[in-house]
Amino acid sequence: MPREGILVSSPVERLTGEQVQQIHDASIEILADPRLLCFNQKAAEIFQSHGAEVKSVSGSTIPCWSVKIPEKLVADALQKAPKKVTLGARNPDNALIMKGDEPRVFFITGSETNTWLDVDFSTYVNKTDSAKEIEIPEFKPRRGTLADLCDSAHVCEHLETVDGYIRTVNIQDRDITEDNKDVNKFFACLNNTTKHVMSGLTNLKQLDNVVRMAEIIAGGPEKLKENPLISFITCLVKSPLQFVDDTTETFMEVCKRGLPIVVSSSPQAGTSAPIKEAGIMAQINAEVLAGITLGQLVNKGTPVLYGSVPVRARMDTLGDSYGSVETSQYHVDCTQMARFYNLPNYSTSGVCDTKMPGQQSSIERLFSDIVVALSGPQFLHCAFGLLDCNSVFCLLQAVLDDAHFQMIKFFLKSPRIDEQELDLVKKQIREVVATPQKMFINYIRPVMRSGEISPPYPFEGDGESDSVFALANERLKELRSKPVEHIDPNTTARIFQEIPGLLPRLNVYEGER
Amino acid sequence: MSADIIGMIKENVIQGRKTRDDVGIDESLSGTPGVLELTESALKENISSEKIIIGALTPGMEIVGEKFSTKEYFIPDMLASADAVGAAMDILKPYLEKSNVPTKGKFVITTVKGDIHDIGKNIVAILLKGAGYQVNDIGIDVPEDKIISVVREEQPDYLGLSALLTTTMTEMDAVIKALKENDLRDRVKVLIGGAAVSDEYAREIDADAFCADGFQAIKVLEKFETA
Repeated sequence: MPREGILVSSPVERLTGEQVQQIHDASIEILADPRLLCFNQKAAEIFQSHGAEVKSVSGSTIPCWSVKIPEKLVADALQKAPKKVTLGARNPDNALIMKGDEPRVFFITGSETNTWLDVDFSTYVNKTDSAKEIEIPEFKPRRGTLADLCDSAHVCEHLETVDGYIRTVNIQDRDITEDNKDVNKFFACLNNTTKHVMSGLTNLKQLDNVVRMAEIIAGGPEKLKENPLISFITCLVKSPLQFVDDTTETFMEVCKRGLPIVVSSSPQAGTSAPIKEAGIMAQINAEVLAGITLGQLVNKGTPVLYGSVPVRARMDTLGDSYGSVETSQYHVDCTQMARFYNLPNYSTSGVCDTKMPGQQSSIERLFSDIVVALSGPQFLHCAFGLLDCNSVFCLLQAVLDDAHFQMIKFFLKSPRIDEQELDLVKKQIREVVATPQKMFINYIRPVMRSGEISPPYPFEGDGESDSVFALANERLKELRSKPVEHIDPNTTARIFQEIPGLLPRLNVYEGER
Repeated sequence: MSADIIGMIKENVIQGRKTRDDVGIDESLSGTPGVLELTESALKENISSEKIIIGALTPGMEIVGEKFSTKEYFIPDMLASADAVGAAMDILKPYLEKSNVPTKGKFVITTVKGDIHDIGKNIVAILLKGAGYQVNDIGIDVPEDKIISVVREEQPDYLGLSALLTTTMTEMDAVIKALKENDLRDRVKVLIGGAAVSDEYAREIDADAFCADGFQAIKVLEKFETA
């Protein structure tokens, strides 16, 4: 049985049907004029061989082609792209089935951050009254490592609301190189979580090693197709409307192997896209449609996710402002566009501007978590534990986020209102009104432990002080002490034998020999 | 047989099952006799009221209290158990009057004049009854003269006054003044509770204690008993 996710019965939509059609039409127009700038020759040739008008751009310092993608090519690609995408898992019970026409939300971690934030609790004593003490968390940033990635995957395996795993930390150990990074990061993830693993690729030369590793774990190439326990994300688009050479190459190679892939675009309203909502929407949609079209031309039926990570620019620095309200509006709009095409949507929420866990982080992330989840994206990359616009990862924040998502998931449950339920409660109301005390308390107990009543906030204090961080830290310790379900010894031995570049310290059975 | 039935009463107190129709936590008990039916059976088997209280009701409630303090149980569980014990105490009342078993005391509880809010007061009444107090709940919107007359006639050990509103809390002051005027103040301890009142207000109007909830009320009463 795959994971259930949460079905949003009435997804939030901001656009009218007419506006959706208008955005689509504008995107098609944009793909014709000003056209797509493609820096990858093979991709340009593929477009050309399928009827696109392709011209070499003169005066460019690097080879570049202007591609006019005809509407029909886009329409054909949208027809060929699977409407149902399965993201498998090492434990098949953790598989995710995403249907373009079904707003069933799955919550996934990520993205890759350079900085890992450790937490220590220090005691402070009041200067004027030494009897008064408070414990305050101190956050200490440092470079992320392979061991941190293992730690993060292990904790996320045990976080209830995490449905799938995107690596949360960039591994920056001294012995990690461009040539061995991909195999080590995929193995670290796969060996510490039984949930679906998605990642980007650092070096295209490592793609086949990574796929082979997944095949060994899945039980062979055919089994991997049935249960694609890994998937990829590529930012082939550089906004506005440019296909980058190397990531486009990676995108096409992944498509050839038939594994699920996210066509992701991340324009910034104000700098790399128009500041107006209509502008960023028409542009991001054009960029994603161009990517989907290329994917289907490379390999018809490639499972793709409509990947949308739009953001508004900060007015003070022109950096990303993920915490801005408009960013959530764009995401909700994109989810609606993906649904218009019946394609599963990769969306983002919970990215915050603040640098450490606290009130600002909670407000920023909860706002977008709630509204974007309510719009019903199938793959919600919800920035578990991420801070400072996705450049910092903190496990304590991930634990706090898990509590937020438990609340959101509870809220998204379908209402249980039917004839049988109403007959039962009408009977209760009649019975209680006839009693002297007129209280319904006796009827609470049968439902109290059935999951029908939302649990209290798990980090609730005593009302006198705020103990959220301290209690969340206790929960984190508890999660870290839980067992890790590693890949079995024989499979691990085979992986280390066949896949070059894996660091011996990742082999948990090495010491047992 | 006696040990069995005492054990079953205790278990049903823990489960919060007053009658056979009640659902406890252990679903396997559904449809089996609850505290009421089992207490009646115990009396028929000539098991003493003292043994029922000391062997089943009190230790059962102690376990419920422990489970509540460790957050395994919630207030609805506590109330269900207290309600079951309270119902058993009603059956045992005539037997207790004949025996020498000491009671914990008589408690009159009411919401004061002008206030019809009674959820808190009702919960406190159930908990106190479950804790072994003889509780007389005289209702809501009760005028000062009626409270005085009940105190005079029933001579309770404790009087609980409840008010939710800032507009009705002053009625508590009036009741305490009336108790003084009628030479009843020294004969009864007055406990006040409700969202509008506080420790400070209790001191201001010369009440004996402010209780934030039923659990605090029980603690306050235990302190009075040991004082």
